[in-house]
Amino acid sequence: MSTRNLLLSLALTVAFGAGAALAETPGLGKTITEADIKPWNLDVLPDGTNLPPGSGTPAQGAPIYAQKCAACHGEKGEKPAPGYSPMVGVHKFDKIDTPKTVTYYEFATTLFDVIRRSMPYVSPRTLTDNEVYALSAYILSINKIIGENDVMDAQSLPKVKMPTAGKFIVRFPDRI
Amino acid sequence: MSNRTNRGEGSPPFTQVAGNGLLDRRALLGRGVLLAGAAAAGGASITGASAEPLKDDPWSLVMGSVSPPRQVPSRFEAHVVRTLSNPNHEFRNSHGRTPHHLIHGTVTPSALHFTICHSGLPDIDPEKHRLVIHGLVRQPKIFSLEDLARYPMVSRMGFVECGGNSAPMFSNEPIQATAQAIHGLVSNSEWTGVLLSTLFEEVGLDPKAKWFLAEGADSLALHRSVPVKKGLDDAMIALYQNGERIMPGNGYPMRLWLPGYQGNMNIKHVRRIKLLDQPAMSFYEAKTYSQITPGEKLWKFHFLQEVKSFITHPSFGHSLKGPGYYEISGVAYSGTGRIAKVMVSADGGKSWGEAALQGPINPQAFTRFRMPWRWDGQPVVIQSRAWDEAGNVQPLRADFVAARGQTERPVTNALAFPNQHYNSITSWGIDNKGEIKHVYA
Repeated sequence: MSTRNLLLSLALTVAFGAGAALAETPGLGKTITEADIKPWNLDVLPDGTNLPPGSGTPAQGAPIYAQKCAACHGEKGEKPAPGYSPMVGVHKFDKIDTPKTVTYYEFATTLFDVIRRSMPYVSPRTLTDNEVYALSAYILSINKIIGENDVMDAQSLPKVKMPTAGKFIVRFPDRI
Repeated sequence: MSNRTNRGEGSPPFTQVAGNGLLDRRALLGRGVLLAGAAAAGGASITGASAEPLKDDPWSLVMGSVSPPRQVPSRFEAHVVRTLSNPNHEFRNSHGRTPHHLIHGTVTPSALHFTICHSGLPDIDPEKHRLVIHGLVRQPKIFSLEDLARYPMVSRMGFVECGGNSAPMFSNEPIQATAQAIHGLVSNSEWTGVLLSTLFEEVGLDPKAKWFLAEGADSLALHRSVPVKKGLDDAMIALYQNGERIMPGNGYPMRLWLPGYQGNMNIKHVRRIKLLDQPAMSFYEAKTYSQITPGEKLWKFHFLQEVKSFITHPSFGHSLKGPGYYEISGVAYSGTGRIAKVMVSADGGKSWGEAALQGPINPQAFTRFRMPWRWDGQPVVIQSRAWDEAGNVQPLRADFVAARGQTERPVTNALAFPNQHYNSITSWGIDNKGEIKHVYA
């Protein structure tokens, strides 16, 4: 094969390959910027990634909890309405059916995330970030995971040591 | 009578393959053989049924009713419905369980597919629904349903099973409940949609992306983390369920389907997928679908719905009408792949016979098994046990309890979830009157 023919053959291969790739992805998705996704981009990761600015204390959280959470989850996190989980839980999980609450979470970021994305149940995503920090602080405090005067913010929340930290075993590590 | 006997002549005789009357599954191969078996087992009851001369019933003498645009089952099937955990629509989750003991085959009718809705059914306008893919990608993109409907699609049979299905069987004493109440949180459909790998190719994955979170358009914005490995393997953005658009309770207008993986991960009404370098540790993966195992060992990322089977016919809620021929049948499935073998016992596990498997046998899908059986009218305990193609075997109850534990007190509420991921065997005890109880054996 001459050099010219070889080059032609390569060019055809590249052209064909590109054509095939285009055929596999119709390319109908429209581009969007992360700025435009922001209203949905609420997830908070265990290392604190995506935590918003703001802060809150247990004292600030207590009245918000009484007003917006206690009807379902019980006053001060105890004796919830029938069918609902308490907010105060045990620190030891030695029975297979031990009720799991906040104390079971491996990371405190889970608490912040679920309050911000899902609560209050009847009017989700209506709390301010400061309110979510304050509620997180209050609930961690009544579970004796943080102190009564501890401030929760983007720096302190991921550092909270949960009772179950480091105790979880990945069930199927080969599938990750 | 004599005809039936003649038809049976020349056929191989029924061979008992295991205790209490389990017959060779090859008996199911030919209709003639079955008829011979019926005659041999219960000839008197067959002749007794046709004592009166035949006549036309009223419905055979008039034109029937109008054909509706969308068919509904006969009024005589009104009892074939899902059971609901929250019929008054209180502010909490709601479950609808599939009536396995009242249906057959392998496809769960879409209207009877189980649903767990954590905040009701969102009323989504499909024209306004969007799926955005972003995070660790070369170019974030947003897709409408109309866009996705133009992509190359695939259709696959497959089950979806809640991680909490069969949870009442963690009880230290058998709860008296139907297969619907115990195992009703698994169903099987044909799913049609776009492979997630196709969409990943379009946005371009950053090599740092090891996980993705999927999030729904429901009021909780329910989200779960999934390894990218599964996303590239066989994950689907499903648009159709059994040929029609997905039911609202199953994720209308689009859901993530992860063949063989824990139900809650199959995000319904999926609106956002974000590529990540770590799992999000969402509420449902951090708490609800994580297990406590004996010795305070806590498990996370229990993705797989492991190999399992249960007998649907006969089962609790049925009764046998006297000795004679019956078919024992049920469903088997494995999150790992195809079902390879199902063994059935009628003597509480002392002896086992191999059941016939109804083909085609699809991976991560219901496989119906059938076992011919001649009941002699004495008390029996029937069980099934499945193997998958990877060699995984459904654990015996004693082994399962040793590894996973059981409650200290009996569970009396079939809606309770004492733990998650139960895949041991189910035993139905049949007494000499043909009444069926749930037993441990």
